[in-house]
Amino acid sequence: MAMLEITDLAVRFATTDGTVSAVNGVSLTLDKGETLGIVGESGSGKSQLAFAIMGLLAKNGTATGSVRFDGQEILNAPRKTINPIRANKIAMVFQDPMTSLNPYMRVSDQMAEVLTLHKGMSKAEAVAESIRMLDAVKIPDAKGRARLYPHEFSGGMRQRVMIAMSLLCRPELLIADEPTTALDVTVQAQIMNLLAELQHDFGMATILITHDLGVVAGFCKEVLVLYGGTVMEKGPTDPLFATPSHPYTRGLLAAIPRVDQEEEALHSIPGSPPNMTAAPKGCPFAPRCGHAGEDCLDHLHPLSEFAPGRWRACNRSVEDLA
Amino acid sequence: MTAPLLDVRDLRVSFELRRAGDLPWTPPRLLHAVSGVDFTLAAGETLGIVGESGCGKSTLARALIQMVPATGKAIWRGETDLLSLSPREMLKYRADIQMVFQDPLASLNPRMTVGQIIAEPLRTHHRGLGSAEVKTKVKAMMDRVGLLPNQINRYPHEFSGGQCQRIGIARALIVEPRLLICDEPVSALDVSIQAQVINLLTDLQRDLDLAMIFIAHDLSVVKHISDRVMVLYLGRTMEVAASPDLYGAPQHPYTQALLSAVPIPDPAAEREKVVIPLGGDLPSPMNPPSGCVFRTRCPRAQARCGEEVPGLAGGDHATACHFPGPLEMAEIDRTPA
Repeated sequence: MAMLEITDLAVRFATTDGTVSAVNGVSLTLDKGETLGIVGESGSGKSQLAFAIMGLLAKNGTATGSVRFDGQEILNAPRKTINPIRANKIAMVFQDPMTSLNPYMRVSDQMAEVLTLHKGMSKAEAVAESIRMLDAVKIPDAKGRARLYPHEFSGGMRQRVMIAMSLLCRPELLIADEPTTALDVTVQAQIMNLLAELQHDFGMATILITHDLGVVAGFCKEVLVLYGGTVMEKGPTDPLFATPSHPYTRGLLAAIPRVDQEEEALHSIPGSPPNMTAAPKGCPFAPRCGHAGEDCLDHLHPLSEFAPGRWRACNRSVEDLA
Repeated sequence: MTAPLLDVRDLRVSFELRRAGDLPWTPPRLLHAVSGVDFTLAAGETLGIVGESGCGKSTLARALIQMVPATGKAIWRGETDLLSLSPREMLKYRADIQMVFQDPLASLNPRMTVGQIIAEPLRTHHRGLGSAEVKTKVKAMMDRVGLLPNQINRYPHEFSGGQCQRIGIARALIVEPRLLICDEPVSALDVSIQAQVINLLTDLQRDLDLAMIFIAHDLSVVKHISDRVMVLYLGRTMEVAASPDLYGAPQHPYTQALLSAVPIPDPAAEREKVVIPLGGDLPSPMNPPSGCVFRTRCPRAQARCGEEVPGLAGGDHATACHFPGPLEMAEIDRTPA
């Protein structure tokens, strides 16, 4: 049995403009110690997928389907069930470290709170453990810095604090939602390097949510490509990048300028991302796809395995796209 | 030899900062955002400016069009120093130098229609034009940047981010500028839309023989679009060279570190890549290090780097470093992580 098993997860939001379908029937499994990258553009539903797993959806959001962690159903679970799992088993790192930390609390206090709450440690023990964890994420002078407030840290250091905080209870699964998007490239490289080291040392499974295919390439063993809340393609990283099987993945890879290569013109994907209040009936990518036909607007072939471990959802066969 | 379109010499921008509770006679502290930058720009050329947040790249661009006060010289077509002009005199040159901003929606007035937004520079700089002429020009420009002419009466909020950036570009180009300054024009856009806007900018530049100053933190985007690239760190130029030279054979240790940190969307290449770690944090621009500003994080720094400010030397591929050249593996391993 896989550690995390998501089946047919859908997330909808009731808004004044109508129902927004953010996530449409996503299924995935994740085993202990694995790394999965979820790639998508803004509005693809990648963050809402994570929020649904953690039970953090906004008030107007509803999630259907099933999310099982170690065999236990946690989707829409009551607080009594999910609170011991959050932080203890599943932890999350958010995109913006400044707005995710409490500006009124010293770093040591907000970190210690996690341990006193979840592990029942005494304050002194909790602070000592927090300092050890700050040391583990390579914050220099961890003991002195722990007494500071979040605004006294740089962006990269704040993200280190967030990561340290998420690891306090030694979670089995870490969900990192765009952990480096707000950071400069050199700091991003430091943080991704740190995450890879910690992932290795602690042996935790990691879901990395990002729009940056470069970050995924370096960090994840498996990749899942989301578009319009639907899984377009998933599989092991190397073959997915080498021979992308879906028109959207191909378009995305061709649209990125490369720092290590020369390219004449960038291949751009025409049109703009779908409006999810009027979720398309067929393939969400059909209006922008060069291979789409009438059938694509009507229905989408469900995600199916076309090579060992590789899955795609497309009405055209891989040979058709060549 | 004809004079370059723009010749910038020793451009400096500093901001006066007062702390809460300072007494009126306490001298303000100075933050040096840009400390002595020189560059030239030929007609039709694209100069990319890269650097991390806080390196002064946006301030530099704003200084050129007097959006922030600056000292030094910015000679326009070998004749006029833009920085010495009064606001009234500057107006004449504003049609020649236009700007595209980072946040596509925030840089458009939400209470004006697209037609009004794009026409506004025309009404400012070409007052003689009749409204029928203005409308024709606006529609032609909308068509040129890929907007439908029947969208002329819509408001900015009805457009997506990529379309808003097209509106921003149309507004900048309607007065037929010679120089377009783009400050992070695609960083707020998704990859697939980013490629559309980059392709649009390169097409327009070629067709209209525009010069461009393209500011971005994304090194791959800058490489794709620029003829020459300038690397800034703490308000100073570290290295400037033709794009293939700078990316192919970076000489300054900072440029090498910066390039090595860019993630490559290719798992094999990404795994083999050696990232040059930069120790510590960016120093405060209030109190920059003596000598070379990069020395506190440089794997190659020596005593001389703290005493002497390195000048920009090396002709077409200029580097401001006492010890330029590719870093050795031994040096990279020495840096504290």
